Amino acid sequence: MKKFDKERMLLAVAAPLLAIVSAFLLTALVLAATGKAPFEAFGVMFEYGVKSDSQVYILNKATTYYLAGLAVAIGFRMNLFNIGVDGQYRLGAFFGAAAGGAMGLPGLVQIPLIILVAMLVGAMWASIAGLLKVYRGVSEVISTIMLNSLAGILISYLLVDGRLGVLDKQTNIVATKALPESSHFFTIPAGGDLDPIWGFIVVAVLAGVGFWFLLGRTRFGFDLRAVGRSESAAEASGVNVKRMVLSSMLLSGAMAGLIGMPTVLNDTHQFTADFPVGVGFTGIAIALLGRNSPVGIALAALLWGFLERGANRLEFEGYDKEIVGVMQGVIVLCVVIAYELVRRYGLKRQQQKVGAELAAQAKAAKSDKQEVPA
Amino acid sequence: MRRVSRIVVAGLATAALAFSATACGSSSESGSKDKGIGLAYDVGGRGDHSFNDSAAKGYDKAKKDFKIGGKELTAKDGDTDADRYDKLASLAEEGYNPVIGVGYAWTPSLSKAAKKYKDTDFAIVDSVVDLKNVASLVSAEHEGSYLAGVAAGLKTKTNKVGFIGGTDSSLIKKFAGGFQQGLKDTNPKAALNVQWVQVGSAKGFGMPDRGKDIADGMLSNKVDVIFSAAGGSGAGAIEATAKKKGTWSIGVDGDQYYDKGLAQYKHTIMTSMIKTVDGSVYDFIKSVAKDKKPESGIQSYDLKRGGVSLSYSGGFIDDIKPKIEAAKKKIIDGKIKVADTYKD
Repeated sequence: MKKFDKERMLLAVAAPLLAIVSAFLLTALVLAATGKAPFEAFGVMFEYGVKSDSQVYILNKATTYYLAGLAVAIGFRMNLFNIGVDGQYRLGAFFGAAAGGAMGLPGLVQIPLIILVAMLVGAMWASIAGLLKVYRGVSEVISTIMLNSLAGILISYLLVDGRLGVLDKQTNIVATKALPESSHFFTIPAGGDLDPIWGFIVVAVLAGVGFWFLLGRTRFGFDLRAVGRSESAAEASGVNVKRMVLSSMLLSGAMAGLIGMPTVLNDTHQFTADFPVGVGFTGIAIALLGRNSPVGIALAALLWGFLERGANRLEFEGYDKEIVGVMQGVIVLCVVIAYELVRRYGLKRQQQKVGAELAAQAKAAKSDKQEVPA
Repeated sequence: MRRVSRIVVAGLATAALAFSATACGSSSESGSKDKGIGLAYDVGGRGDHSFNDSAAKGYDKAKKDFKIGGKELTAKDGDTDADRYDKLASLAEEGYNPVIGVGYAWTPSLSKAAKKYKDTDFAIVDSVVDLKNVASLVSAEHEGSYLAGVAAGLKTKTNKVGFIGGTDSSLIKKFAGGFQQGLKDTNPKAALNVQWVQVGSAKGFGMPDRGKDIADGMLSNKVDVIFSAAGGSGAGAIEATAKKKGTWSIGVDGDQYYDKGLAQYKHTIMTSMIKTVDGSVYDFIKSVAKDKKPESGIQSYDLKRGGVSLSYSGGFIDDIKPKIEAAKKKIIDGKIKVADTYKD
């Protein structure tokens, strides 16, 4: 039995490795096709990516991406495709920032309050899709995509001078009122004149631990995964599927509300019209790459941050900056394909093994039988 | 057993995080001198037939005139301030001087970079960064757009005029506000239809297909003059108007009559509201590279300074030139105060 586990381990490592190696090879082909030396590009990326200020950048970026990956993974674990993480995240960040700008409480009270507002707004926005699915059978894929657009429109309606926004006439920037100094989240100094590491990374790690505990160690998590595997089987064994759909949607939305918090609390301290778009979609790629496991998602988020850091440098060195976009796309595709291949291979191995064992048993039984009359 | 191994993995991951958090290794910073101009475009970059291209024109001219080198970088969708800062810092770090951010979205990152690289001269287009080593190149878009509104008011036959903005940002509302005022002052009967390509996102500057769809919608509602302040999306609107007889488009930023990419539609480009980003960028580079006296503070390019103007290319509005020039004089003399924002 123990040997079998070792093989499973090997297979588990083989899939992402296979994916990344083949993604690099494919990207090298693309680079070669554009007339650039492929391995030099990787060299540039790697050399730049391990520098100390790049490390800070990658950690900060990965903090956001990790939370995005978790938010998507909660849905994925139960076979729900919450494409709306992006809208939930933006709306949560927006209202969190707006609430934070309007209040003047001590940081110890205000920071949790801002986070709470963001999570609640994210959860509420996701709950619309959840309710539609449970009571009207509307596919969450469709409804969340539409809710993304609606979130964008709602924000641009409210983010206007005189509503929840403040216009700076000189810079042409409309933003929510800046958070008071006391509501800035703590940072971890990285030494030298480097930018500090966002303190929110601690919250992200805690969220990861919470994710692991909730899904792997509680009845709720078991029910959630059971529904993900087979709705009808879960229903038959007494799980209230409707309630599970709704609560996992809420959970996913609440986690999505957290995504914008490192940026708001640690970086911009306000919500501007050019607040990053598309992080929720990046989260989908990261959850896929990380296979919905908290550790896998962390590695995927770091890889993503590394690639984006490298992209900035590649552009500077005269490469097409789109190449990293291609690389990211190829990695996700390769991951999906590699996991399927490895899964099939594993299944085949298992069947062979079981077949061999059965054959051995049958043979043994036969020889037993032959021995009896003798 | 399984439980233990998971905890081990989690522990290892935390350790790895902590290890990289100590930020070992050298920093990416290394310096050298005078490589020329560092230009950072906003989303869309060179080739948008509009705002960024206008900056590119000033950059190209300066490079040639002063025989200096340069490097161009472009912001992409979803870039955070950290990404934008990284681009500006790379330019300054590698010895590019001056460094120019094209577009107000560079405001926070450029402010941060200018504080760190005190010996580099920075400029920002369309925004204000109040630092000693930064020149803020701002234009009076509303004044130029007022004149475009005057022209539209005189040229429309259906009394229906359209405005397409790339996004509903306060900058684009300056265009819309001036245009609306000029139109109403000239032709009170004219109705203005205002639409945004993409609400709340700068993506709206790079969607020519959406620009075309919106223009088609306006045209089928009898709109016969369309002014688009929408970057690359405006090209779609110009294409749509060119396909319907008797309708006009108004270009923006550069003189789009001479835009090679739009040459086949130029017979319907009535005029362009020219915003001389190329001029302000060129002036700034000149002040650094040639005069060795870098511009600093707010450099306001208004109607008076010739920072905004209406083009007469093609001769389509030559007949109404006296009226436009009269309006222009009134603005310069302060007799007309042009609103710098749009209200529904």
